[in-house]
Amino acid sequence: MSMNGSIIDTKNLDVFYGNKQALFNIDLEIEEKQVTSLIGPSGCGKSTFLRCINRMNDLIPICKITGKLNIDGQDVYDPSVNVVALRAQVGMVFQKPNPFPKSIRENVAYGLKINGLTSSKSELNDRVEWSLKAAGLWNEVESRLDDPGLGLSGGQQQRLCIARAIAVRPRVILMDEPCSALDPIATAIIEDLINEISQEFTIVIVTHSMAQAARVSNRTAFFHLGELIEVGVTKEIFTNPSNEKTQNYITGRIG
Amino acid sequence: MINLTKSAGLNLHKRNGAEILFQSVGMIAIIISLSFLAWLIITILMNGLGAAKHVEIKIPVDLSSQNVDPDNINDASFGSILKSGLRKKFVDVKIRKDKKKLYNLVSPEGSFELKREILKDPTVLGETTDIWFSASDDLSLFIRGRVDINVPEDQRQLSDKEVTWITQLKTEGRIRIKPNWNFFKNGDSREPEIAGILAALVGSILSLSVCFILSFPLGVAAATYLEQFAPKSRLSDVIEVNINNLAAVPSIVFGLLGLSIFLGYFDLPRSSPLVGGLVLSLMTLPTIIIASRASLRSVPPSIKEAALALGATPVQAVFHHVFPVALPGMLTGAIVGMARALGDTAPLLMIGMVAFIVDVPKSILEPATALPVQIFLWADSPERAFSEKTSAAIIVLLLFLILMNLAAVIMRRKFEKRL
Amino acid sequence: MSNSKINLLKPVRPEWIDRLIIGGLGISAGIAILITIGIVLSLLFETISFFEKVSIIDFLFGLNWSPQTAIRSDQIAAEGSFGAIPLINGTLLISAIAMLVATPLGLASAVYLAEYASKRVRNWIKPTLEILAGIPTVVYGFFAALTVAPFIRMAGGNFGLEIASESALAAGIVMGIMIVPLISSLSDDVINAVPQSLRDASFGLGATKSETILRIIIPAALPGIAGSLLLATSRAIGETMIVVMAAGLAANLTVNPLEAVTTITAQIVALLTGDQEFDSAKTLSAFALGLLLFIITLILNIIAQWIVRKYREEYD
Repeated sequence: MSMNGSIIDTKNLDVFYGNKQALFNIDLEIEEKQVTSLIGPSGCGKSTFLRCINRMNDLIPICKITGKLNIDGQDVYDPSVNVVALRAQVGMVFQKPNPFPKSIRENVAYGLKINGLTSSKSELNDRVEWSLKAAGLWNEVESRLDDPGLGLSGGQQQRLCIARAIAVRPRVILMDEPCSALDPIATAIIEDLINEISQEFTIVIVTHSMAQAARVSNRTAFFHLGELIEVGVTKEIFTNPSNEKTQNYITGRIG
Repeated sequence: MINLTKSAGLNLHKRNGAEILFQSVGMIAIIISLSFLAWLIITILMNGLGAAKHVEIKIPVDLSSQNVDPDNINDASFGSILKSGLRKKFVDVKIRKDKKKLYNLVSPEGSFELKREILKDPTVLGETTDIWFSASDDLSLFIRGRVDINVPEDQRQLSDKEVTWITQLKTEGRIRIKPNWNFFKNGDSREPEIAGILAALVGSILSLSVCFILSFPLGVAAATYLEQFAPKSRLSDVIEVNINNLAAVPSIVFGLLGLSIFLGYFDLPRSSPLVGGLVLSLMTLPTIIIASRASLRSVPPSIKEAALALGATPVQAVFHHVFPVALPGMLTGAIVGMARALGDTAPLLMIGMVAFIVDVPKSILEPATALPVQIFLWADSPERAFSEKTSAAIIVLLLFLILMNLAAVIMRRKFEKRL
Repeated sequence: MSNSKINLLKPVRPEWIDRLIIGGLGISAGIAILITIGIVLSLLFETISFFEKVSIIDFLFGLNWSPQTAIRSDQIAAEGSFGAIPLINGTLLISAIAMLVATPLGLASAVYLAEYASKRVRNWIKPTLEILAGIPTVVYGFFAALTVAPFIRMAGGNFGLEIASESALAAGIVMGIMIVPLISSLSDDVINAVPQSLRDASFGLGATKSETILRIIIPAALPGIAGSLLLATSRAIGETMIVVMAAGLAANLTVNPLEAVTTITAQIVALLTGDQEFDSAKTLSAFALGLLLFIITLILNIIAQWIVRKYREEYD
């Protein structure tokens, strides 16, 4: 059951791409300071749902959303909401690492600079250091902060992107299959990282690997064909699911 | 707690303002550019459409046998016949200065027009007849409302006396406005009212034909070789860089090349469409090669592979299968190249096409001019009427360009549909 | 046929036909190189003749351009000077004005079309801007002389400024507008080539569109944009008709855009469209100017292509 209280909750959330409906009537609660994973077969709508939370779906013109999606009780789709403010407080890490073609320092500092979150150069540098430490990258890049971010390995680039997202101290961090482009060793490093930062941040992670969901998340939500089938404590979902479809997915019969 | 409203302390107000400003700057830039285009087109249109009208003046001339011998028409002095006709019409004109102004009502071409009229229809001989003559450029401008009579007399081209005469002629119905077909029937002239673009048009057509005949086959052949047969080597890289650079060389340099090699070394006829076409083809060749290569590249490789799998040689595969599919695209590139060649003036100036050409060239070896060069020459003339002619010629040039580009667009659409 | 063994040795048609055809095609390709060699050689040849009459130092560094040739060998006062500096100065002045006009207009248009305009707007405006590129330069020149120059002169008069009737400003502005589509279209291509993932990352961090464009996209596209600016400059330097018709032939050494200057291209036209003897110093100087022009534009084009090629490697 909910230990810390829910930070995100949706009510009757429907998502359409033109005439095609991608999500049907989603009622989901995300717990604060926990890792919630969204699992399900390809095309089930889990990434679509994730992108609703920080309104990245707004960038797709034919995407229409109805229903409520509240963060801290405030509906993010309310007309009075400033999208820039929303995205500055909800971070996102993408499937393929996408550091800016700038230095490592500049990458992490970007969100701080445009949102005016620090007031002095030394404060900025402190925050950059803190973020890189929190992302477990500091030791590897401490001596070359002004080197290009694109010069890092794939796994390091993704940790840089995580540091960049953490730097603004978001309320929620969204991760869209963050390890699918990485090798197993880099994946393991990032999964450890997720475990560590989940002490401080609420994390919602989309993953196509059930093993990963089992490893990193406290709660798991299972999506299928645009519907939320089941949500609960991860251990329960994987050992004793209540819904037959969940059972079928976990045992490999569907997806 | 998440704060989703404007007061989230993220400088949102300032950043929103910056966003709106940024977007407006982009729109303003586009509006400025398009306004300039509109300004240009409207100015040229307004200036040039006046040239579509041709003003004529009817004067009775005495063609009795004492002035014109029916057996020896060519010997008559048509100029004096015309002048005496004018004097008879306005008997009050006595002073020499005024007489000059009187003669100025009719175009200097008038005497030639009289001769042509008589030769066309000798039955008018023997008596005094009314004949229509081309009005002078000043009279023409006045009738078409291009002369400001409110300006004090010494600041305009037509004196008050001339205005009186003209008004009288108008009331007598001796002035008429006709569509200016001469513009398309005549070559250049010193008199703006009868100057036409025929010689320039023919010159352009001949030059472009030479250009096309030379550059299209060569360009297509070169592109086919480079795309389909050339082995990947340093040499082909060098050729590619070379061609890209040639495409960006200023056109006047090609003119210099033509001057020194075609005129200087080979001693080809100066300002002929042959040399013009040669120079233009050098300029257009890189464009055609680049466009043809792109066209060949867009043909799906499966077509060539299928042909090869059936046992065709590479040459057969390319010519029977790849080439026909790429051909429309190549033609599109050629048309675009021709359009650019049509408007290019500088290289033609270099090879001598600045001469005053009246006659329509009958072969590619005769001296000729071209439409853009004609525009340039007329633009240099101070007479107001030539300014109209320049704009009119520009309108013709732009119409040709629009037609050519439309043809290219239509062909490109057909080409894309086939794929 | 299907019963006899496969024949792998004898071709269906004689090979020499194919080889001949391919050879013919290859020659066509070689002609392209021949043209370049032809340009260089012909210009070089005449230029060398020129430098036998006028020293290269006087040409490249001389401050006085008044090309006359002695008609009789005993004419002393008719010795002309062939210092090209006023011409180079005029060329650079007008090109600079053109680039000052074209760069902001071109870049702002490109950014708007690439990032803000709807697909419908883009499909209409982009071809319309291209029309500016398709208008022959003689038309621009006429318009500049007929309308723009007098307009600027009159506008300047209202502000108490004395502007020449053939000012560098008039020619530069018209040339700038002509170049706008070149910059706009090339920059539009490079901006679109920047991967969407970078935009996503920037938006995800809460950046506005303008911030993303200014801080992420344009810096990423900068090499391509720089290349397009260099190509545009090269085009401006090589432009002939606009300057001949609107800027005139006064070899004035000044940086004041309100005065009249002349350019390399205008002088080439002037030198070769009068009566000329083929190997007088006057005529030959035109070739020397032509070679100078060719070299300058070639260098700019090569640098531009090199920059664009390096940039493309980064994103492929």
